[in-house]
Amino acid sequence: MARVRVREMMPPGHVRTPAYLRGKTGEIERELGPFANPEKLAYGHEAEKRDLYRVRFTMREIWGDGAERPEDTLDAEIYAHWLEQVDD
Amino acid sequence: MPHDHHDHDHFHHEGMSPSGHPYRADNDVPLTYWQTMEIAMREILIEKGILTPEAVQLQIDAMDARSPANGAAVVARAWTDPEFKARLLANGSDATREMGFDIGPMHLVAVENTDAVHNVIVCTLCSCYPRNLLGLPPDWYKSRAYRSRTVKEPRKVLSEFGLDLPDDVTVRVHDSTADMRYIVLPARPAGTDGMSEAELAALVTRDSMIGVGAPKQP
Amino acid sequence: MGGNAAGTVLPENHDFALWEKRVDALMVLCSSKGYFTVDGLRRALEDMGEAAFEEMSYYERWVAAVNQNLIERNLYTLEELGAKMAEVKARGETYGEATGG
Repeated sequence: MARVRVREMMPPGHVRTPAYLRGKTGEIERELGPFANPEKLAYGHEAEKRDLYRVRFTMREIWGDGAERPEDTLDAEIYAHWLEQVDD
Repeated sequence: MPHDHHDHDHFHHEGMSPSGHPYRADNDVPLTYWQTMEIAMREILIEKGILTPEAVQLQIDAMDARSPANGAAVVARAWTDPEFKARLLANGSDATREMGFDIGPMHLVAVENTDAVHNVIVCTLCSCYPRNLLGLPPDWYKSRAYRSRTVKEPRKVLSEFGLDLPDDVTVRVHDSTADMRYIVLPARPAGTDGMSEAELAALVTRDSMIGVGAPKQP
Repeated sequence: MGGNAAGTVLPENHDFALWEKRVDALMVLCSSKGYFTVDGLRRALEDMGEAAFEEMSYYERWVAAVNQNLIERNLYTLEELGAKMAEVKARGETYGEATGG
């Protein structure tokens, strides 16, 4: 599965990328297809489609070795423009 | 009219709703600013011909008609029909539409609990919830506590709901961040062989479809 | 708010008040007519800030967010809303009295 990192941008305003996942690396769980960009919709603008992915993170990656159970996982939907490829 | 606490027909007279929960204080408390705004907005939209009183009432009736019984019917079908279950896991929107539960512009993802994996749903950014299958979300689902903690200490949150998971089960938290809505397909309880779809549906609780509970035992 | 420290989850159940159901209906109907998107609603909710989350109930925040979007869409003016709210308030002391007119 493709490894991706969530971009660490912190713009003000409405985005659908949770702050606790910014800068974290995960694996694409599935591709969901194109969806209208919520960052445009939120302000009433015409919205282009952006690819949406379900990304799976380990709790260790998000919260560190002190995570409740580091092997547990968390899936979230992240738009393509918030993801960057990770080269292993 | 007899005053009988055990008579379900009289729930309304006992301060309980048809679903057995207490009604919120409403019509007989001092009018608030925000209630005033709701009445004013609704009347302006009606005066301008944008809405009708009938449309508002129909929408309320439609929402009231949605309950976890919808989701329970889907789960029971998946428990008894392996081909439906495969379709549900592959494309939740299409599979539930077959049963008449249209999710509208959103998409449904069904996630399956097994001996090795337990799924739980949360929306940390707002209160996304599969309303067409489960009705309106409960207060706790929208609370700061549930939204903050479920992504960090799901096992502790689940144990507060009375669900203690063994260490060899992996917890998968699903944060509904965008256009997907989620429903948990709980594991079919043991000892239910030969039960009908309707009997099985009666075992499926709302909480088991959010992932904070287990189905009832037969 | 994902990951922030917070108290115990209280698994209580309530049914919704009539005014709350009406807010929900206004949200669904106006968004299905294309006057705003769910994202517009969320943006308005987030712009209210942390204090609103502590001080306002869920549907109080929603009615404010729906109104914000309808004002931005120019469906009615603040003057119209203000005048109508004064008219509603003058009808009586309770929701039941004020919603009757």
